[in-house]
Amino acid sequence: MSDVVTAVVLLVGVSLSLLAGVGLHRFPDVFARMHAATKPATLGLALVLAAVAVRVPDAGDAAKLLLVVVLQFLTAPVGAQMVGRATYRAGTELGAGTTVEEPAGPPT
Amino acid sequence: MSGVVAVCFGALAVSGLLCVARVARPGSSLPDRLVALDALLVVIVTGVGLGALTQSGRRFLDLLVVTSLIGFIGTVTVARFIERRGA
Repeated sequence: MSDVVTAVVLLVGVSLSLLAGVGLHRFPDVFARMHAATKPATLGLALVLAAVAVRVPDAGDAAKLLLVVVLQFLTAPVGAQMVGRATYRAGTELGAGTTVEEPAGPPT
Repeated sequence: MSGVVAVCFGALAVSGLLCVARVARPGSSLPDRLVALDALLVVIVTGVGLGALTQSGRRFLDLLVVTSLIGFIGTVTVARFIERRGA
């Protein structure tokens, strides 16, 4: 039974990572591709490493895998925000469906 | 179970190849390539983490923590470069 659960979680996580790769080619705009490159990739990583952490016999190894997941959750949003801000400020042209909403006032 | 793991490795390899194709594509801009490399790094970390199911793959778990941190630092560095220089 736990074999089946592990296999299902692994397959779901890996399909999310595959969707991240596919989305890099299908989306029309840099900003849209950023969605594809960060969200499903990080969630796929979390699912796969969680499934592996359950199966690993040593608790220290499982802790290391969960540490990688925590680190990725902490760093991926920061990295994506910085890349998005840098790309926007560099004046990259927007794709067809992308709209811009400027903030109302100066940043608080 | 080993069949499932083999399928997972194959799918991760395909995803990695798609990310590399995005990097190598002639029409990509610098932020495009940066985003694709970041995704490639996450896919690689996923793949090495999946290899921890076997005894020989468990040696690389310390490397995994370091790799994810250094990948993040590299992404932030190139992002700051883009902001300073323009894409």
